[in-house]
Amino acid sequence: MFKQKSEELNLINGSGLVSPSRRKFLMYAGAAVVTSSVVMAGCNKDDDDDIDADTVDLGSGDTGILNYAYALEQLEAAFYAKVVAEEYSGMTASERQILNDIEKHERAHAEFFKAALGSNAIVALQVDFSSINFSNRASVLGAAKTFEDLGVSAYNGAGKLLVSADFLTLAGKIVSVEARHAAAIRSMLDSDPKSFAGDDVVDANGLDVVRTPPQVLDLAKTYLKTKVSGNNLPS
Amino acid sequence: MKLFNIINKLNFTDADEAKLHQKTSRRDMFNMMGGTAKAAAIASVPFALTMMASSKKLKAVNLAGPVEDVLNFALTLEYLESEFYIQGLDSGIIASGDQPVFMQISKHESAHVVFLANYIDSLGTTPVSKPNFDFTAGGTFNPFGDYQQFLALAQAFEDTGVRAYKGGAAGLMSNDVALTAALQIHSVEARHAAEVRRIRGLKGWITQNQRGAGMPAQTQGVYDGEENLTQGGVNVSSISSVGSDGITEAFDEPLESQAVLNIANLFIVP
Repeated sequence: MFKQKSEELNLINGSGLVSPSRRKFLMYAGAAVVTSSVVMAGCNKDDDDDIDADTVDLGSGDTGILNYAYALEQLEAAFYAKVVAEEYSGMTASERQILNDIEKHERAHAEFFKAALGSNAIVALQVDFSSINFSNRASVLGAAKTFEDLGVSAYNGAGKLLVSADFLTLAGKIVSVEARHAAAIRSMLDSDPKSFAGDDVVDANGLDVVRTPPQVLDLAKTYLKTKVSGNNLPS
Repeated sequence: MKLFNIINKLNFTDADEAKLHQKTSRRDMFNMMGGTAKAAAIASVPFALTMMASSKKLKAVNLAGPVEDVLNFALTLEYLESEFYIQGLDSGIIASGDQPVFMQISKHESAHVVFLANYIDSLGTTPVSKPNFDFTAGGTFNPFGDYQQFLALAQAFEDTGVRAYKGGAAGLMSNDVALTAALQIHSVEARHAAEVRRIRGLKGWITQNQRGAGMPAQTQGVYDGEENLTQGGVNVSSISSVGSDGITEAFDEPLESQAVLNIANLFIVP
């Protein structure tokens, strides 16, 4: 079944936004999802989560996982857009280049998911960066480190939740770039030369951090005004 | 589960026997073929991999599965990386300021070897044994006498590892534990790659198909294909406000198994 999907997907030569390729992509994304759907309060399993009309539901199946990735990429893209626009004091030329590059990568990721998901894409999320001091180097790079490590752990945890082999490969193409970012940010911020793959993120078996969607969304919500529900994601 | 493993193992052994009885190794056969025949042969077996058997002859397996084969292929790459850093640290060639970095990387690669070997064993399959390595590639390189060459090969191995795990992930989808562990190793390899590239004065990410300043031409195969702009059927350059350099940096590409072999086999000796 996967093989057939893969072969069909390979036939796609579409040109981005123009529909054939996007429609094809969505066919494989599986279950339909209502954009920014309202989830009934009665469906909510977690009483601490106020799920209401403003809550964005990521959806279910592979589409849900792709929207989950899109949500994280939106968060990162918005963060780095502010970082490069506001430049913390004392930013060196090499730091500027690294941060400008990362901003481009995260913007490309977010734009890609939006185009690929098309009408199944979640809406633009409202962010809350009030906990970050954008004029302060340590605050900015500390937040960048959090976002990159979080992204790596999220993709690592999402892999087994995907049904499509093509989407798994796609997620793999992105997660290693997030890991490259994480290493670069850590080497900029931390004096410990081992920090790029420090013992705080790589365990005794040499394995990186892995987190489930609920764990990731719980950590991400600090930076999101929009409430995001992953209640229908596969687990 | 156990029964399937045994069946897979038997099939694997049958195919293996045939290879072992060949007078000529697979690599020699490829080298003797003309360009067209070689391309056709590669196209007909896109996932064929050549690995060291205990006899030290080369054999082919399928990267699309079974899981044990994919993991044994990964283990071979981890042996290569692990041995490279052990020898590098022993050689005294590593600049003192960079030693903590390479001790950390070495620790991880050795942990990957142990982890994968144990996990393969737990599936009821015998892990491949460690091949013999020649990191001079027959005298072409001098990584333990020239630090810049050590760094260049380290970059090539790490960037290869990132691409190889990406290529093998789909073949692990039937086993969530193996898939997740492979992804966790994959991102650690990417962290290593970024750090080695930083030490070499490069960006942590790959622009277009550029191997980067100072990288030997023999490593170009590690970077070919990284210039891809089409993801999931979407031509990203047509929908993104980011230029093509940035788009290629933003997506790492899997490496075809044959290309992984072309790199690894430079350093594996009978």
